[in-house]
Amino acid sequence: MKPAQFDYARPKTVEEACGILAADMDARVLAGGQTLVPMLAMRLSRPSVLVDITRIAGLQGIACSDDTVEIGAVTRQAAALASEVIRAEVPLLAKALRHVGHPPTRCRGTVGGSVAHGDPSAEIPLAVTVLGAEIVFVGEDGEEERFAPEDFFIGPMLTTAPMGGLLTRLVFPRRAAAPTGTGFREVASRRSDYAFASAGAQVVLNADGTCAEARLGIGSVGDTPVAVDISGLSGTRLTAQDIRGAVVEALSDLETVDDLHATASYRKRAAVRLAELALAEARDDALEQAG
Amino acid sequence: MKTELTVNGQTRVIDVEPRTTLLDVLRDGLGLTATHAGCEHGVCGACTVLVDGEAVRSCLILGVQADGLDIRTVEGLTSGDGALDIVQDAFCETHGLQCGYCTSGMILAAHALLRVNAAPDEEEIREAISGNICRCTGYQQIVEAIQLAAERIRTSNTLKAGEVVK
Ligand SMILES: Cc1cc2nc3c(=O)[nH]c(=O)nc-3n(C[C@@H](O)[C@H](O)[C@H](O)COP(=O)(O)OP(=O)(O)OC[C@H]3O[C@@H](n4cnc5c(N)ncnc54)[C@H](O)[C@@H]3O)c2cc1C
Ligand code: FES
Ligand code: FES
Repeated sequence: MKPAQFDYARPKTVEEACGILAADMDARVLAGGQTLVPMLAMRLSRPSVLVDITRIAGLQGIACSDDTVEIGAVTRQAAALASEVIRAEVPLLAKALRHVGHPPTRCRGTVGGSVAHGDPSAEIPLAVTVLGAEIVFVGEDGEEERFAPEDFFIGPMLTTAPMGGLLTRLVFPRRAAAPTGTGFREVASRRSDYAFASAGAQVVLNADGTCAEARLGIGSVGDTPVAVDISGLSGTRLTAQDIRGAVVEALSDLETVDDLHATASYRKRAAVRLAELALAEARDDALEQAG
Repeated sequence: MKTELTVNGQTRVIDVEPRTTLLDVLRDGLGLTATHAGCEHGVCGACTVLVDGEAVRSCLILGVQADGLDIRTVEGLTSGDGALDIVQDAFCETHGLQCGYCTSGMILAAHALLRVNAAPDEEEIREAISGNICRCTGYQQIVEAIQLAAERIRTSNTLKAGEVVK
C-alpha cells in the first residue's frame, strides 16, 4: 500500500498550476487527497507529477453576490459546512455536506475535489445537480469554461472536464427571498459513508402556502446524479398524496444499477421513498419559515 | 524534497520523498510509533493525528504537504515520563481500549472534538469518532471515556484538550 514514485509541485497561482498541467499529460491535480491518495496507495493512479493546489489563495473562500454564492474549489468541506453564508444562502449544500465522509476527511477534502472526481454517490455533486450550480474550469490556454451539471457529469467518475484543466470555483444560485425549504436523505451502510441511494430536494412557497417551485435530484443509484423534473408539484399544497403521486410518476423511468451493496430494484424503491422524505422535509422546513 | 515539519512543537527540516505519507514520515523517519498504520488508504482512522488542531488521517497526507503545518501526535500529549493526559486517563478508567490498535487515533479524535466543544452530547461524540474503526470495544466505553474526559476538563484546572506540555 505504498504509492509509486512521482514528483510534487506546489504552485502559488492558477497560471503556474495550469502551466505544469499543460506541460505534462500525466500530471494530476492534488486537492484534499482524500480520494486521490488512496488511489495512489493502491496504485490505481500513477501520475508523473502531483500539482498541489491547496495553497493557491485565489482558489479558497466563499463569496456572496446579489444572486449567487461562489465557492473556491479548494475550500475545505469542513469550512463550507461551518459557513454561515452557505447555511443561510445555499441550505441544501449545507445539509448535503453533513453526509460527506467523516470529520477528519472533511478537514482535508475540498468542495471542488469532490465535483472534479464525479463519484455518482457523492453528495456535493448531487447538491450541484439539484440546484443547477455552474462548474467553472480554467483550461490549458487560461480561458475560463463554464459547465452545467448535466453536461459535466457523464458517467461514474467520468466528466467532461477539459484536458489539463483546473476547476477553480462553483457558482451556486442564492436561495429565494420567499420561504425556501430543503431536504436531504440517504441510505448508507455506515454513518457518513458513500450512499446506496440519496435524494436532495428544495421547495419555494407562494404567499398563499402553495408550491411555487420544486426541485429534486437523485444520487447513488446510477452512473451520475440526476435532476428530476418534479414541476408537477407547482401550485399544490405539497400534501403527502401530492408528493407521492408526483414522485412515483417522475421516477417511473429512473435507471438504477445493481452492485455488491444493493440491487437495482432496491435502489429504485429506496430512491422513491427517499425522494418523498426529502420533499416532505423541504415542505416542513419552508412552512416553518412561512410561520 | 526539503520539508519543514513541526511535530509536537519541535521544528526540523528533513528530506522527504514526495510519495512518502506523513504517517510513514512520523513512524519510520522520526520514530514516533504511537501513530498506528492500519489500512493505509483512509478507511480505518488508526493513523489520525492533529494538524493545526484538527483530526486528520496521516496516511492521506503526503509528508511534503505537511510543510509548515503544526502536527501533534500522541507522544506530544504529555511530557513523556509515563504520565497520562486527561483523555488517556479517562480511556484507562472506563476500559475504552482492549488491544489498543485504534486507541491513539481515538484519543486524538477526542482531543479535536473537546478543543471546540467542551460539553459534547453522545451524538456529537459518536459523530467525532465515526471515522475511527474499533474492532474490540463495541465503542460504548470509548464514548463513556470521552464523556468522562470532557467532564473532568470542564471541572478541573489542568490542561485543556489540545494544550500541550512543552
Ligand atoms: C473514509 C472516507 C469516506 C468518504 N466518504 C465520502 C462520502 O460519504 N461522500 C463523498 O462524497 N465523499 C466521500 N469521501 C471522499 C471525499 O472525502 C473526498 O474529499 C472527495 O471525493 C475528493 O476531494 P479531495 O479534495 O479530497 O480531492 P483529491 O482526492 O485531491 O482529488 C480527487 C480527484 O479530483 C481531481 N481534482 C481535485 N481538485 C481538482 C480541481 N480543482 N481541478 C481539477 N481536478 C481536481 C484530482 O486530480 C483527483 O483526480 C470519503 C473519503 C474517505 C477517505
Ligand atoms: S491507516 Fe490511515 S485511515 Fe487507516
Ligand atoms: S481497542 Fe482494539 S481496535 Fe479498538
